[in-house]
Amino acid sequence: MNNPLVTLSKVNKTFAERPVLQNISMQLMQGEITTLIGPNGAGKSTLVRLILGLIKPDSGSVTPAPQLNIGYMPQKISIDPSLPISTCRFLQLANTSHKACHEALEMVGISHLTKSPIQTLSGGELQRALLARAILRKPNFLVLDEPVQGVDITGQNALYKMISELSKSLNCGVLMVSHDLHLVMSSTDKVICLNQHICCQGRPEQVTQDPAYIDIFGQTTAIYSHHHNHQHSIHGEVLDDQGVHQHGEGCNHD
Amino acid sequence: MTDFLLYALLAGLGVALVAGPLGCFVVWRRMAYFGDTLAHSALLGVSIGVLLNINLSITVAAIPLLMALGLVYLEQRGILSLDTLLGILSHSALATGLVLISLLPDVRVDLMSLLFGDLLSVTLNDLWVIYGVAGAVVLLLVALWKPLINITVHADLAAVEGVRVSAVRTALMLITALVIAIAMKIVGVLLITALLIIPAATARRLSNTPEQMAVTASAIAMLTVLMGLAMSWYADTPAGPSVVVCAALLFVLSLLFRQKS
Repeated sequence: MNNPLVTLSKVNKTFAERPVLQNISMQLMQGEITTLIGPNGAGKSTLVRLILGLIKPDSGSVTPAPQLNIGYMPQKISIDPSLPISTCRFLQLANTSHKACHEALEMVGISHLTKSPIQTLSGGELQRALLARAILRKPNFLVLDEPVQGVDITGQNALYKMISELSKSLNCGVLMVSHDLHLVMSSTDKVICLNQHICCQGRPEQVTQDPAYIDIFGQTTAIYSHHHNHQHSIHGEVLDDQGVHQHGEGCNHD
Repeated sequence: MTDFLLYALLAGLGVALVAGPLGCFVVWRRMAYFGDTLAHSALLGVSIGVLLNINLSITVAAIPLLMALGLVYLEQRGILSLDTLLGILSHSALATGLVLISLLPDVRVDLMSLLFGDLLSVTLNDLWVIYGVAGAVVLLLVALWKPLINITVHADLAAVEGVRVSAVRTALMLITALVIAIAMKIVGVLLITALLIIPAATARRLSNTPEQMAVTASAIAMLTVLMGLAMSWYADTPAGPSVVVCAALLFVLSLLFRQKS
């Protein structure tokens, strides 16, 4: 199960004499969710484009596994309103059947929007449609560039949850880009903190303790973490398995 | 019906057939200014063709194509924004073309017909060229339809899914250059973009799918040619501009319809 999907070895990339990525070596594994975090300009998007094979490194190598099948969810998509295209048709561009599209839309919970023009979808619905297209071709590797962009906080939680469920059911590796570790924490196996080079990497709890991480994101944003065996409501209250609020200290309501 | 009118009609319909779907891509990909630039450079193609004594049909397609490839190169260098680059290339190509033509002492070139088209002087030979090129364009569009739509929606996504984006993009430029070369005879370099964009914009209001829009745009462009020629015949107006005026009228009319989703 734990085969490397993409292996990067000593990758360097420079744009207009400005080094964007320096000496990046990493492996992305099947069945593992890796989250790439880093400040603006850290080279996250460049790294993603290298892994997708859209650009070539100046030196070093990016080696995809022979059976690699990528599902990609771009950061944003803007389709001119003059192009009449329904959500279903948008999915079918990935070269698949009508039936597969319906199933994918069902999986991400927007099957009622099949016939809606893609331009009329709300932020959260569009992200789901993009996710549906990414999983359409039964990928073994999902690359999600800021998958929760433009989605409200409840929606973000739901999306992250959906992504980790999908990765389990498809048994695929996932690479996510995010700049908010708070929300990703519970749905990622591994975090790579990038700032032109890899500052630190490891399990989310380890990374947040790492001096290099604190150096970039500051102590104040370092994350309160504890072992999660429960879910929170959007107000931060602890919920039980049924999603019902548990009364605790300081609670004196019904 | 006299021959020249029949030829004019057939030529106009042939160009309209391919102007519709190509116009849709121009609208979807926001390439209006790009199309204009290529059209203007076709005039440079005429003057270079005359200057070097090469068949005009070849230079009129080749120069816009070279211009398109040059634009891609300059845009990737990232020196100036595409908009500015287009502004520079568009008008310098037009101006250079005009200057070169004026420098040719022995040749009398009818500038008006180059700028605004000369539909009524179409010959049988022109017709063969127009239908040959239009046929090739239709074949290319049909063969590349899916990847073309795919890169229009999102180039990177298409690339990850296995579309050879730069090849498809280059093909679209080739198609554009070819259509400009044949449309020049009909509406002239200054009005080509109108023939591409207006029918497509009109068709948008009546269409639910990309294919519907492309076919409708074709039909509207053909109707426009018919109306324009009739107007030219009865009111003795210049044919090219009459076609564009009719296209604009149909667009205004289409505003009465509620836009389809």
